[in-house]
Amino acid sequence: MAERERIQKSSRPSSESVPEEEAPTASPTGDRLKAELDDLLDEIDEVLETNAEEFVNSYIQKGGQ
Amino acid sequence: MVVPKICGLETEYGITHRGAEESNPITASSLLINAYLSGLQHAPGSPIARVEWDFEDEMPGRDARGVGGGDIGYEPETHLVNAVLTNGSRYYVDHAHPEISGPECADARSAVVWDRAADLIAQRSMEAARALLPEGQELVVYKNNSDGKGNSYGCHENYLMDRATPFGRIVHGATPHFVTRQIFCGAGKVGTEAAGVERFSVPFQLSQRADFFEEEVGLETTLKRPIVNTRDEPHADARHYRRLHVIVGDANLAEVATFLKVGTTALVLALVEHDLFPDDLALAAPVQAIRAVSCDLSLRRPFRLADGTSATALDVQWELLERCAKYCHDVGTEAVGGAVADEVLARWETVLTQLETEPLSPATTVDWVAKYRLLDAYRSRNGCDWNDSRLQALDLQYHDLRPERSVADRLSLERLVDAEQVRWATENPPPDTRAYFRGRCLQQFSSHVVAANWDSVVFDLGGETLRRVPMMEPARGTRQHVASLFDECPTPADLIGRLQQ
Repeated sequence: MAERERIQKSSRPSSESVPEEEAPTASPTGDRLKAELDDLLDEIDEVLETNAEEFVNSYIQKGGQ
Repeated sequence: MVVPKICGLETEYGITHRGAEESNPITASSLLINAYLSGLQHAPGSPIARVEWDFEDEMPGRDARGVGGGDIGYEPETHLVNAVLTNGSRYYVDHAHPEISGPECADARSAVVWDRAADLIAQRSMEAARALLPEGQELVVYKNNSDGKGNSYGCHENYLMDRATPFGRIVHGATPHFVTRQIFCGAGKVGTEAAGVERFSVPFQLSQRADFFEEEVGLETTLKRPIVNTRDEPHADARHYRRLHVIVGDANLAEVATFLKVGTTALVLALVEHDLFPDDLALAAPVQAIRAVSCDLSLRRPFRLADGTSATALDVQWELLERCAKYCHDVGTEAVGGAVADEVLARWETVLTQLETEPLSPATTVDWVAKYRLLDAYRSRNGCDWNDSRLQALDLQYHDLRPERSVADRLSLERLVDAEQVRWATENPPPDTRAYFRGRCLQQFSSHVVAANWDSVVFDLGGETLRRVPMMEPARGTRQHVASLFDECPTPADLIGRLQQ
């Protein structure tokens, strides 16, 4: 594959070896963010619309620009 | 000619009327905006008279490619509420949505401030409407771009450009950026709305908008949307300027994402103007690529380039960053926001490094990452699939502007501007573009201003004819240029007299 010279030059990982569709894992980037996410999950059902299905179904917009 | 990359954001918000038996989005949008405007007029000590938009220069059907008269199937909706605010923005009903078109800004940081100010105005509008509606009803505003059912509405960007730059060259340079910048400015979405594709065959994608783009270049904005829009309505001296109207982006909640969206695009367009855009980044199939990039959360899958090679979105973005950094070094940052351009370059490099190392790491700066991490964690904890209504509800609520229901507000997104600055910007225009002149006219002489638009202010001085003050130069009329003039003019007649000298 004729990889792009300038991109190679910058010694970044090339896209030659393309992994098969791998879903990213939600690996934590920092303990703080992970802890905050856990705390948020504990309380997110309070924020979530009471009837999620009805809410989602009734959210209908007219197309705009 | 070095044209400063003056820019502005326009957001069509989603709106629902909750608790009502029947609702009509145009009525709801009008009620929302009128509630806000009447609140302003009745505020203690308010000097605000209501100033209407002037449609004199509206020509949405004009095509930058110079072909045909252009029939895009709609006319400006002149009968609906349409007001000009003292911060230089336009607040109106557009296509059944409330829209705030922000004032002209000199750089990406300023664009973030007035974008946040627009959101605050929308929040205040919801509060004002709540006071007018019967118990149990409310209007709710969402800063998103899709309803999950195939209907999309836009968050558009506008950039001032040199008229001498051939439009074909703009298309050549803008397209690779628009296809790939979504890796850091996509707002994220559960499922796909692409025609003929099973909704949850794509569990989650980077962009709200990518599903809706069907053409490479065109005049349309509401159907068969093109990656590069050709609307040729400069709202400035057409001999010298064009306004690139960008319809491909998502509305962002993350301030850093807005900053990067505007900042990187201004830099890329400056490259194009100086004819420094690389020849070899043309894509083989931009429409396929914009969708493929949006659906690839690994950020590793390459797409074909026109020269037969291939590249990933990260490859293209690294290349553009390198070129833009060189441009700033060689040519200078005068036209691209000065020191703000250096901040754009630094943050651009940071986000690309993060995305390359671990796509889910920019959790406080990139909307799709923040949203995906929460939804994926919720999914794991509750053992549900991507088609679960609760995930779709959280997706919509990410964009809910009510503090008590907003999901984005709870994700520790990095702030670039403080709350006081945003409050100030709901009433005051940016100091360093012609928006300052428009805003000052409304602040000081609103009872004599009949109408205003992007490139003029119309006064009624009590004589037989109205007086139109043109503002065809977007970089003139700044605080530096005209603040003392306003200070010295107690009446609008004084102002117009001085302007004619």
